[in-house]
This record gives sequence, structure tokens and C-alpha cells, in this order.
Amino acid sequence: MNAYQPPSSEVLVDIYRRMTLIKQNDERFRAVIKAGKLVMPYYSPRGQEVIPSAMSVCLTDDDYICTIYRGVHDMIAKGVPLKELWAELGGRVTGTCKGKGGPMHVTHPASGVMVTTGIVGSSMPIANGLALATQIRGEKRVAVAYFGDGASNIGAFHESLNMASVWKLPVIFVCQNNGYAEHTKYGYGTSVANIAQRAVAYQMPGVTVNGNDPIAMHKAAREAVERARDGDGPTLIEANTFRFQGHVFGDPDAYMDKHEKAAWVARDPVPLFRQWLIDSKHATEEQLAAMEADHEAQIDAAVEFTLSSEYPDVAELRRDIFKDEVIA
Amino acid sequence: MSQLPTNINTIQAVNLALDDAMAADANVIVLGEDVADGQEGGIVGVTKGLSSKYGTSRVRSTPISEQAIIGASIGASMVGMRPVAEIMLMNFTTVAMDMIVNHAAKLRFMSGGQTNVPIVIRTMTGAGFGTGGQHADYLEAWFAHVAGIKVVAPSNPADAYGLMLSCIRDDDPCLFIENMPSYWNPGTPPERGVAIPLGKANVVRTGTDVTLISYSRRVQEVMATAEALAKDGISCEVIDLRTVSPLDTETILTSVAKTGRAVVVHEAVKPFGVGAEIASRIYEALFRQLKAPVARVGAQFCPVPFSRPLEDAFVPGVVEIEAAIRATLK
Repeated sequence: MNAYQPPSSEVLVDIYRRMTLIKQNDERFRAVIKAGKLVMPYYSPRGQEVIPSAMSVCLTDDDYICTIYRGVHDMIAKGVPLKELWAELGGRVTGTCKGKGGPMHVTHPASGVMVTTGIVGSSMPIANGLALATQIRGEKRVAVAYFGDGASNIGAFHESLNMASVWKLPVIFVCQNNGYAEHTKYGYGTSVANIAQRAVAYQMPGVTVNGNDPIAMHKAAREAVERARDGDGPTLIEANTFRFQGHVFGDPDAYMDKHEKAAWVARDPVPLFRQWLIDSKHATEEQLAAMEADHEAQIDAAVEFTLSSEYPDVAELRRDIFKDEVIA
Repeated sequence: MSQLPTNINTIQAVNLALDDAMAADANVIVLGEDVADGQEGGIVGVTKGLSSKYGTSRVRSTPISEQAIIGASIGASMVGMRPVAEIMLMNFTTVAMDMIVNHAAKLRFMSGGQTNVPIVIRTMTGAGFGTGGQHADYLEAWFAHVAGIKVVAPSNPADAYGLMLSCIRDDDPCLFIENMPSYWNPGTPPERGVAIPLGKANVVRTGTDVTLISYSRRVQEVMATAEALAKDGISCEVIDLRTVSPLDTETILTSVAKTGRAVVVHEAVKPFGVGAEIASRIYEALFRQLKAPVARVGAQFCPVPFSRPLEDAFVPGVVEIEAAIRATLK
């Protein structure tokens, strides 16, 4: 394996581009829901922007991801086009899935987003299968399974890590440990101090990383991706982060420790990284401001596209059950 | 292709279908517990010889991890593979229900048709082996109740071959139910390379007095009953569904419109079963033409028992089927 080289300015700015795109979209999603313009169950990823952004700069469109209901950041980082993403969350026929999936089931194979599941833990067994196809065909693709800390307590996690290890599958298990499994704080439901310790049981590398540190996260991501691409098997990455919002939009998050939350929010990774990029001369204030303004314009266009799009025809109830339309 | 023997059993027939499918398409792979030859080619040898012929990359014995088996099959199928996953016993599908029901069956719909899951889940079941309450249930009604998965249940070796070819070629998930106690029963060989269409029932006996509808192993008991009753001048038409879902309603209604009577027979427990669905479809279409209520014959509403006399009494046999037929003729 090559010694880790810190990313170039170009890559660092690309990580930030994805981070701020996630943050800006998330803020707009919540605003639009609050204004009553769109109705959906929304699971904010605010605070977790670094993880998929640093992962995704190590991936190509040919690489696969499987993500979960709190996955809009993973989708945006992987490159799902905003108009189709927004329209899907709006239940419009112009959405990625014709409005038939919704926020918990966004799929966009063109950007490698193969499955978004609403079932805790279920991204992992399917990511194994994508990796298995790659392995059998001798391709160089890798598959990433995103999941949360709560999902490391469900059987699918253990079955998947064991199988991936036995078969040396090119898969990366990325646990976004945000400290809360729905409403339950980490320590109440998880036996180990660090989820990465569980990798030991499956004879694979387990890495605990500060998931809010773009460079540390990028290093972990790149090493795991290279390892998978080189045929050396899976890695478990535990990326520690924090969920700035409640479990689901509208959740008053009374179960969260106010001081803990305030401390994490004070270290919001998006403005911190922005300032660091400027201070370290990787980017200028003007460059990033222009990027953010461009994102706002893209989001304006996506919202407008969504609100002016049609809902799917009720005939869609008979389509995509099977290949052939089901007869009414 | 080699000459087939005069008789072939279901183990050989499924093996032959897998072999032919793997020879024809490099995307066909086999996954499951003990399926490779190093593990004796399956617990009853259905996959024997395949890993030696096609390699252990394509024919993989798995850990005992039903969620991981189905998950791996789903993922591989979404990018063009044609996995045939073995869940050794139908009761073990319960361990993988999330993968089967929430994912395999729904990903095509939830993705708006961008992805599909062309997997076959092979599983065996059936009372008669003294395996007790967790190894012999017929659970097909659960799966038939889920949109997006096909449920296939052959009654004989030739059908098992032709239906398996169709399942592998199908672009959507198929659950393929094999009856364990009748695995070794010989039957006529299939026509090599010829698939039997899914969703089409087979009228295996024509008659005029009553329509008997069944699938999987119970077709054998239904046919035996029909032959016995013929000696009493009772003319039974027998429909072997072959596919439970999508159900071939047209063939059922055409027959019942002719006979005016129907008896549905399955090994699954009777309440809330496939028989109830079929009876309802008949009533909805033919209520005024029926000469008698539709009868349902199914297992007792209890777990599959171990003790031989209890197991024998649990499974509906010729006696129960004949009684139901005679009741509709009163």
C-alpha cells in the first residue's frame, strides 16, 4: 500500500464542496418542510457531512454505495443530481424513482447509489452482493455500506462482516457513529467502547476515526478503498460524529444531552473546515463564497423543479411490481 | 447433451436445470449452506457436481447466515448476476424475511424500475420426515401476500426442471419450493432446455363434476384421489397450479365454470391460506354458477408435530381430500 499523502488542494476543496452542498441542501429541506411546501419523513444528516464527502472523493461513479434512511448526505456526496433528488423527496414523477421510493429509498444507479433502505442494518448484506459480483467478474469496483451505530447491534451487521471477511469481498463498512441509535444514547445499547473493536471478531481491519476531521476521514477512506480495490478484503471504519438534529424532523430531541450537543455544534465541521481551507491557502474566501452561491442557485432550481413537477399517475401502482405491468 | 434416463427424480431434475442454466449463462451463480462439493453438494445433494464443474467462485458454500445469503444474492443480481440462493429449509426463510420481503420484493418498485432483483430462492419443506415444528412448514401464503415476488411450487421432476429454468431467466425474484419427502420419487424426464412458463397452471386431468386445485406434493394425493373416485363414476378435473403467485385465475375460473364445484388442497395449514384466496376469487367471479360451496383442504392449524401418528393426521391425505370432494357433490 502506498504511504498516505495528504490530499491536494483540489481534493480538499472537493471534500468541502460536497460538505457544504450537503449542509446547504439540508438547511433548505428543513426550511421547505417547515414552510409546509413538502411533506415527508426527513432524517437530517446535519453534522455528519464530512464522512461521505471524504469517502466519495476516493470513489468513482462505478463504485457502489448502499445507504440508509438518514442517507441524503451520502447520496449528495456520491453525486445524485439535485433536481431528481429533490423531486424524489417531493414524491414527484420527475424524481429518481418516479416518486415511488421517497426519502428512505432514493436509488440512482448512474451515480452508484444502488440501495437506500429504511431498515436498520440492511445496507450491509446487499453491499456484500454488489462486491461479490465485482469479485466474480474480476472488476475493480468497490462497494460501500453506510450505517449507524445502532445498526452494529443487529444480526445483519455480524452476518455481513463475517461473510465479507471469509470471502475477502471488496466492501467497506462505514459506521457513522453519531452517538444515538434513534433516541437511545450509545452506551445504553452497545457493549463495546468502540464499534471498530468488533472488526477483531471478523478478522478485518477496524479503524476508529474522527469522522468530523476531513483529513483523518480521507486517510481512513483511501486506505480502505485501496485495500478493497487491491483484493485485500473488507474494512470496518467507525467514523465518530454527532447528529445535530433529532432522529426525525420535528423530534424535539429531549433525550439528547444539551451540553454535549452544544459542544459538538460549536465545533461544526463545515465552517471549521471552510476557515481552515482559507487559512491554509487551499482556497480563497471569494472562491468558496462563489461555490456556495452557485449551490444556492442549484437548490433554488431543484426546489422550483420539484414544486412545478407532476405527481406520478396512479397507474404507477401497477408498474415496477414486476418487469411487466400488473394487469388491473 | 447427454441422454436422459427414463426416470428422473426431483433432485436430479433441479440439478440438471441448474447445470443447464450455468452452462448457458456465466452470470448464473449458486449460493447456500453446504452447496459446494467440498460440503457434499447440498444436504440432500441437489447441487452435487456443480462446484466441480463450474468452480467454487460460482458455486459457493456459505456461512449459516440466511440474511447474508439473500443479501449477497440481491446485491449481485442488481448488477447483472443471476444468483440461485438455497435457503435449506423453508422455516429458515424466517431468518431472512427482511431481505426477502423488504428488499428483494420491493427494490424494483421503490427504485421506480431502475433496479431489479432477478434471484431464485430455492427452499425445501414438507411433513413426513419426522422433523417436527421448525423444519417442515409450508409458508407460501406469507410470500404470496407480498407484491413483487413470485412463488413457484412444482409437483414433479419434469415441472421442477422447466419451472427452475423459467425462474432463473425471470427478471424478478422467485421463491422456488421443493418438497423434501417426495424428492426421490421418480417421474418422467423433462424436455431438455425447455422452460415452463411462470404464472400458468397445468390442467393435469380433465373432468366434468368437480375441479380439484393443488400444487407441490399434494398434487400426487389429489391425482390418486381423482383416479380412485373415477371408479365410482365421479369425474374430477385436476389443476396443478405450478405457480402459486401470480395465480392463474383464468385457468381456475374456466374449469370451475364448467364443473360448478371446486376443492382446493394444500399442505399448508388451512386458515388464512392460499385456499382462501382461491375460494374468494371463485366466489367473486362465479358465485351464481356454483353448485356447492368451494371446499378447502389443508393441514390442521397447529405446528407440524413430530410423533408419527400425529404427523400423519396433520397432513391432508387421500381420505380428507375424498371427503371434501364428496361433500361438494351432495
